[in-house]
Amino acid sequence: MAATDVKLLGVGPSPYVNRVQIALNLKSVNYEFPEQTMGSKSELVLKSNPVHKKIPVLIHGDKPICESLIIVQYIDEFWTSGPSILPSDPYDRALHRFWAAYIDDKLSPVMRELRMAETEEAKQVALDRSSEGLALLEEAFTECSKGKSFFGGDNIGYVDIAFGSSLGWVRASEKLAGVTLLDQAKTPGLVSWAHNFSSHQAVKGVIPETDKLVELFKMFQAKAKAN
Amino acid sequence: MGEVKLHGFWASPFSHRVIWALKLKGVEYEYMEEDLSNKSQLLLQYNPAHKKIPVLVHRNKPVAESLVILEYIEETWPENPLLPLDACDRAMARFWINFGEQKGPVFFNLFRTTGEAQEKTGEEVAQILKTIEEKALGDNNFFGGNTLGLVDLSFGWLPHWFEVTEQVQGTKLLDPTTLPRLHAWAQNFKQVPVIRDNLPDPQKLSAHLKRLRGNLLKN
Repeated sequence: MAATDVKLLGVGPSPYVNRVQIALNLKSVNYEFPEQTMGSKSELVLKSNPVHKKIPVLIHGDKPICESLIIVQYIDEFWTSGPSILPSDPYDRALHRFWAAYIDDKLSPVMRELRMAETEEAKQVALDRSSEGLALLEEAFTECSKGKSFFGGDNIGYVDIAFGSSLGWVRASEKLAGVTLLDQAKTPGLVSWAHNFSSHQAVKGVIPETDKLVELFKMFQAKAKAN
Repeated sequence: MGEVKLHGFWASPFSHRVIWALKLKGVEYEYMEEDLSNKSQLLLQYNPAHKKIPVLVHRNKPVAESLVILEYIEETWPENPLLPLDACDRAMARFWINFGEQKGPVFFNLFRTTGEAQEKTGEEVAQILKTIEEKALGDNNFFGGNTLGLVDLSFGWLPHWFEVTEQVQGTKLLDPTTLPRLHAWAQNFKQVPVIRDNLPDPQKLSAHLKRLRGNLLKN
């Protein structure tokens, strides 16, 4: 199986797809990124991920790997010559896995609620929950970074990828709801982290512009209401 | 001894996943039973994000979330490996573990509904179980191949817990006629000595689940 035979199925605006792109970039892996149509699943996606029928799917040689964080771990374990994504110490690895799971299970859903909130009351509830989650993540950043720029220390690591991939949508949520989520006063660590993450070589050009995501969201909302 | 502590709950399958992994690795640990209606200060301190069991404490450092704990145990005590060596096989194992987690709420829905709503969810659960039997288990004795692995431990709530729950909620989905291989796996799983000797008492579990379901249906 040629190590360069790597194909990523997905669409640019998906933060889950962005995770895989960033991980591949970190490891300097060349890959094909055939354009998929938003809102419809190609035959290849359905064949490669018959259980969930979702993107991202990484096809390495002829083997499909599914679920973004599982793909990131796979990339870390297969391409061992590049920088490590997960730390080497088992306890630090556990911390990274814990916070990545927290981001997917608790934080992302409340941020989605914030974007979708139609009443002021719903918006406030979602905002309070998001702030609570981000306060916890700020503490996690202090613990994981140990004074350095990233959750992974000197370089981007697992939690950086897990949360950083959603920065485009975090900014879009801020614009759509008219709120500030990454606040200099409340989450100073995360604010400077966000800046460092977005300027990292492996991240540049991956996450779509905030305005584009806002536009996309409004388009989806309109379509959903029309149906 | 004293270096590893586990905060758990007797009826929790998540707690038991960790017990099984520790025992399969031959790791000595101290067990602390938590009263979920009155959680200890230590637990709240160790897991402020979720305030849940299980929490494994190793050298005074807490690890929370059962699946995170399982990977931690696997990496800290590499004897008797519970994950394959090959990166692609590991990704596949993690995929099925993740699948089980994602589908958890559907099983919970079965538990807390009755009548038509339960029937409808039952159809969804039947599909999920069929996928697990056909795609995850295949022709193997265990999800891990010939011996237990982390995937088996993560599905370890299907034997025993789901069986007892089915009696309580009045369903019969994990059936030897419709799911012969998965049903056989469930029986084999419970016979493995580490598992067999570390399961909650079925009568006590049944009473506990009946109470739980009663409360859920009231609200």
